[in-house]
Amino acid sequence: MYGYSGKILHIDLKTKKNWVEPKPEEWYKLWIGGVSMASRLLWENIVPGCDPLSDGNPICFANGIFTGTPVPVGGKFGLASKSPLTGFIGDSLSGSWFSIALKRAGWDGVVLHNSCDRWTQLFIDDDRVQFNDATYLLGKGTFETEEAIRDRLGDDQIRSCTIGPCGENLVRYANVTNDGRQAGRTGHGMLWGHKKLKAVSVRGSKGVKVFDPAGLNKLSFDISKSAQGKDTEKYRIYGTSTGLLTQNKLGVLPTRNFQEGVFEDAELVSGEYLDKHHKVKVIACAQCPIACEQMSVVKTGPFAGAMTGIEYESLFANSSNLGISDMRSAIKLITLSDHDGMDSISMGVTISYAMECYEKGVLTDQDFACTSHPEGFSLRFGEGDSAVKLAEMIRDREGIGDLLAEGTRIACKKIDEEKGSESWKWAMNIKGLEPAGYDSRSLKTFAVGLAVGTRGGCHNRSAAYDPDMKGETNRLTVDDTRGRVAGESEEYAAVYDTLPLCKFIRRCFTGKADRAGAWPAIANLINATTGWDFDYDAVDLIGIRAHTIKKAFNIREGWTQADDELPWRWKHDPMTKGPGAGVVTTDEELEYMKKLYYEYKGWTEDGLIPKKLLIKLGMPDVAEQIGV
Amino acid sequence: MPTTSTSKFAYIECDPNLCVGCQLCEYICSFTKTGEYNSYRSRIRTVRVSEVLISAIACRTCENAPCVIVCPRDALTQDPVTGIIDISATKCDGCAWCVEACDFGAISINPATSLAEICDQCKDEPDGPQCVIWCPKEALKLTTADQRSQRTRKKLIEESLDIPIKATEPE
Repeated sequence: MYGYSGKILHIDLKTKKNWVEPKPEEWYKLWIGGVSMASRLLWENIVPGCDPLSDGNPICFANGIFTGTPVPVGGKFGLASKSPLTGFIGDSLSGSWFSIALKRAGWDGVVLHNSCDRWTQLFIDDDRVQFNDATYLLGKGTFETEEAIRDRLGDDQIRSCTIGPCGENLVRYANVTNDGRQAGRTGHGMLWGHKKLKAVSVRGSKGVKVFDPAGLNKLSFDISKSAQGKDTEKYRIYGTSTGLLTQNKLGVLPTRNFQEGVFEDAELVSGEYLDKHHKVKVIACAQCPIACEQMSVVKTGPFAGAMTGIEYESLFANSSNLGISDMRSAIKLITLSDHDGMDSISMGVTISYAMECYEKGVLTDQDFACTSHPEGFSLRFGEGDSAVKLAEMIRDREGIGDLLAEGTRIACKKIDEEKGSESWKWAMNIKGLEPAGYDSRSLKTFAVGLAVGTRGGCHNRSAAYDPDMKGETNRLTVDDTRGRVAGESEEYAAVYDTLPLCKFIRRCFTGKADRAGAWPAIANLINATTGWDFDYDAVDLIGIRAHTIKKAFNIREGWTQADDELPWRWKHDPMTKGPGAGVVTTDEELEYMKKLYYEYKGWTEDGLIPKKLLIKLGMPDVAEQIGV
Repeated sequence: MPTTSTSKFAYIECDPNLCVGCQLCEYICSFTKTGEYNSYRSRIRTVRVSEVLISAIACRTCENAPCVIVCPRDALTQDPVTGIIDISATKCDGCAWCVEACDFGAISINPATSLAEICDQCKDEPDGPQCVIWCPKEALKLTTADQRSQRTRKKLIEESLDIPIKATEPE
């Protein structure tokens, strides 16, 4: 087999035993890699219905088909477990060296079963598995942990996935971090912390072989060169943060906990401002010729020295969404989330939820009492210092931080119980996952895309904001195309998440990002790597299958169509400013679009998957378990 | 660009201002030399000192190269015209004295054979060093001593100018 080793490594964290599971080539043709293969491994290895924080919930890594080859932006891996934040599938992607080291160590995937009995740093050294004591790493940040492991083991090419203090302290939206990149969203870090797994390190010393190296080199070279042109300009020069002003113009920039979609100080927290005043350098993930990570530093004020890569989703959550117009506070908050290892979107949206509670009198100064501020402190929108202090309390689970570390869904329940308030009305989450930076009252296709999302409110799995924002759909109204548009967007994204390739390369194959522009080129890359005979249709099926296995997983874990829901605010509480003023996505509109979406997918009106469809997609075992 | 060198020969150098750390140089180097993609077999190595301090290093073709002098088995020889170091696979026994002697960390040990390997500027490739061709950010260049000294002269003049040619704005 080319491009794959044909081997999945299983490790039992409790007994410290490991075994190799060979997989046939046909299995790889179905599941490819990334989120699809990781989700399939989870399907095969989880104890169905288990508590996410129990030994029955495994950690599943899946490598990419192009990982370790020169195919641009193909150095990524998928990570899947049952999410402690949503109770449904937690499937994440992360880029850079870790995946490449894993490939060179000879593993297409790794499944970690059970839990460690003490803090452990797991080391996969080619074929050898070693359990190391992780006491010396405890309390260390994510970047620091990686360096400390390299120092201890004596090889600069050892790559690690780690958790920071947030994972150790079981923050429900803690991340897993590698090489400065995050397998974010859905709280993988909490599960790792629960399993007392501080880090998984890999050394891979073997070479990667492909079917047609000359052909693959030529294809890769051309894509790499075209990735220096106008098709990636936005990512290379300003990074994704350049979208902030566009979103503001369209009135969809989440502002003050999604109360409004227009931020009066947007210029001050824009990608352009960042570029002018804070950017130090642009860096790349391994195997990426684009380089979009805008490394930005705070030079003055109390947060001087804070530095991290800034992109739009982290930025909106920690600036306009908090009413913060001082870029230095936003950079500090994002640096804290990256280094201490929690999801910057969930963190920002949870803090904005608390800010609204404060402004509405539900929470008062005393509620924020902590060691450094025994009298508590104020938490108004725009107060950067308070936001940073609260982020630290969340990280340490100190005072009210202990509650807010649970995310908006759990926190609002407890606060409302205690205070008799209705803060659930502004607890912004979908299936428990705090949404990304596009207000969906006036992006109605995206609204249904988010509602039906298998991992909750996620802009990476559904990109239906794109047709809405480009004007391909009327974003303020609903019509009978929306089920199809939302479904196609999801399946399109799932192809990239499965290979995986970073979506920023999507225009570099032919200049056109649509299926016709990209799928034939992707088929060529797959065939040169593996020797298979994939075509347009086979590439298209990759995304459909990937999405279906995740949905099937959710169904087996108890999903019903009532879970495909939007936050109350987006349905009942219109904005007062901007092009989206006065608009909401009503219950009737949402139910109508959900119905259209299930129809497009070929599911029942309850959103369940017919046996026949699953069998047609090559999943007879899934059909047997959850098909109707 | 770094100017540390005692070489009159050409060598491959990397501009850390342009390098983004993508490692495509390592991929194509190892592929050119071994037919496989493997950073451990690359003769050029990317280095990340910190998140923003990134560069790549290959053989600097030193004059009176310490690696050549130190080799106890005379496995290393330097071409008097190009300065390129050759490591004889039959003489090398992997003692790694050359690795210790190299001021640039440009020699590595092949994990499969335990023998030393070094950049030869792709002297057998008709279009020259593959890493230079592949570098997406044009950070890698094969420069001659003349080009390097010319660059130093330009930089000196630039720095001695009183005219502020770059705008600096307060934060």
